[in-house]
Amino acid sequence: MIRLDSWRRRLPGQVLRVALALVALGACGAAVAQAGAAPPAPDTMQQRVAACTSCHGAHGEGSPDSVAIPRLAGKPAGYLIQQLEYFQTGQRRHAPMEYVVRQLSPAYLREIAGYFAKQDVPYRKLPVPAVSVETLRRGEQLVMRGDSTRGVPSCVSCHGGKLTGVEPMMPGLMGLSYDYLSTQLVSWRTRQRAAEGPYCMGVVANRMRESDITAVSAWLASREPPADMHPEPASAQTEPLPGWCVMGKSGAGQ
Amino acid sequence: MKWWRRGGWLLALLVVVALGWRYFGRTVQPVSSPAQRETDAAALHDPALIARGEYLATVGDCAACHTARDGQRYAGGRSLGTPFGDVPAPNITPDPDTGIGAWSFDDFWRALHEGKGRQGELLYPVFSYTSFTKVSRDDALAIFAYLKSLPPVHRPDTELGLGFPYNVRSSLVAWRALYFKPGVFQPDPAQSEQWNRGAYLVQGLGHCNECHTTRDSLGGIEQGRHLTGGQIPQLDWYAPDLSTRPGGGLAGWNAQDIVDLLKTGQSAKGVAFGPMADVVRLSTQHMTDADLQAVAVYLQSLPPRAQPAPAPFRRAASHEQGGKLYAQRCADCHGADGRGVAGVYPPLDGNTSVTEPTGINAIRSVLLGGFAPTTAGNPKPYSMPPFAQQLNDADVAAVVGYIRQSWSNQAGAVQPADVGRYRHTPID
Repeated sequence: MIRLDSWRRRLPGQVLRVALALVALGACGAAVAQAGAAPPAPDTMQQRVAACTSCHGAHGEGSPDSVAIPRLAGKPAGYLIQQLEYFQTGQRRHAPMEYVVRQLSPAYLREIAGYFAKQDVPYRKLPVPAVSVETLRRGEQLVMRGDSTRGVPSCVSCHGGKLTGVEPMMPGLMGLSYDYLSTQLVSWRTRQRAAEGPYCMGVVANRMRESDITAVSAWLASREPPADMHPEPASAQTEPLPGWCVMGKSGAGQ
Repeated sequence: MKWWRRGGWLLALLVVVALGWRYFGRTVQPVSSPAQRETDAAALHDPALIARGEYLATVGDCAACHTARDGQRYAGGRSLGTPFGDVPAPNITPDPDTGIGAWSFDDFWRALHEGKGRQGELLYPVFSYTSFTKVSRDDALAIFAYLKSLPPVHRPDTELGLGFPYNVRSSLVAWRALYFKPGVFQPDPAQSEQWNRGAYLVQGLGHCNECHTTRDSLGGIEQGRHLTGGQIPQLDWYAPDLSTRPGGGLAGWNAQDIVDLLKTGQSAKGVAFGPMADVVRLSTQHMTDADLQAVAVYLQSLPPRAQPAPAPFRRAASHEQGGKLYAQRCADCHGADGRGVAGVYPPLDGNTSVTEPTGINAIRSVLLGGFAPTTAGNPKPYSMPPFAQQLNDADVAAVVGYIRQSWSNQAGAVQPADVGRYRHTPID
């Protein structure tokens, strides 16, 4: 019925054009039956994880449209698995992510994390925020040496000497945007991100001043990522984590 | 509001409270004989009974409500939202202090069958005893045996999040008089054994009607609206009508479609998403084929639904814009013809989740995307991109309007304001 109604409403000229088009299509024989049908879905992980790649990029390279959506490609698999699990349990909060990961089995979740960890795609240049030279200097100090007066360790002491992360759990800090980095540090302070013990990052983020968050995020985002962005092997972590790090959730806010 | 109207309500409430006190303030009487109680207690350790109870607890999806998101199974703590306030699910592990460790089977039966707590207090019907009352005593005993076999977890119950007057339990006397009739499922001798099994599962343990119907302003289910579909309060999803006959929400679904959806999360007609994806993943995928077939037989016997007189069909002004967005964002997977890809991407043409009365399901699916539930039958499901961050309210309304009014679909358009309303994601 509806089709007839809509035909009636169309102008005669349109009807003629559509009729001609149908005749032309008819000449294609079997192809007509397929007109408008979706192509078969490729049996690939890339096709299956469309819910991830529409924001994080086809290979997890990050979003060209939003600097707040992080790159996933090449991050340590252990780290990605842990974060997906945290989104499932609510230990890490971000409503769209929490909904997307809700139906994943542990096995499928691991496979998806492994898929993005294996991706090896070039880094793209991210916008650098306009901050003062002093701010950048403070950022460099915190990243490379920390601030012992506030009990803030350096970033390099855990995230790898080149800041590209350490297998299997420690994420790299290079190639991430200012928006993403600063948002994450605030999330650690407000418990939108959390972890099982050690709750190091929550403790560190709470010891930082707000201006320190700006400084660290700006300096990290302004660095040219090194040519080799792979996480360092676990053996590269020679220094034990600071003793105060192993304090669990109760350590928050110190 | 006029003072006397408010006063009248208060008076009515006081009468109800007083009656409730008189009626339910009495000592709780055991419901079975001492000999029966001994038999029940001895049976609780039978491994076969425990195994059957585990299956039945899965069919009833008890863990879905009685487990907090990052909590231990059956230890409670999940906050269940209702229009009247939040009710936390209690701990049903056999911990003697905070769970059901000290409960007898009589206590459990009274809760499941009569909706009363251990002290005879009236339970809030967010615990679906309106359905569970139909569960047989044998099945209840098996479930109880299983729960008693779990490792006890010490987790004191969370405080009730209900305000006055809903926090006065005896006010439930009136609610129960209106909406609750205790009684075990009675088989219909005119129907097959398979039909009766399906009816028992759907009406009782499966408690499908708790979501798949419309609730009135008091949160009750009206008579005669069994499985006719409705918006789920607080969750903001639309649970469709379950009739497969003309006018039904599942019109055109055959038995295999129903079994496929419940078993794998996906059928030739549609995919489980939102709360139903949870139900499939946690519960129905674990049901035996015989039980799933029985459910399908019962659902196929639901009567045809009255179809409203066709309103003059007018496409939304945004139809053309919606069509462009559909071609860019949707057609690669769902096809320009709206027929999807068999076994991978659901059809949108004739899909009840697209055409349901409110438009909520289509709006929220476009906003949230997500994976079909991971099941043994579909271990690596395909997924849909979330468009919440890429499309504004007008775009989402246009594309949803387009799919609701294309091909054979003739549902109403949706407004950008509707999209704005459902842009939040309730995550418990």
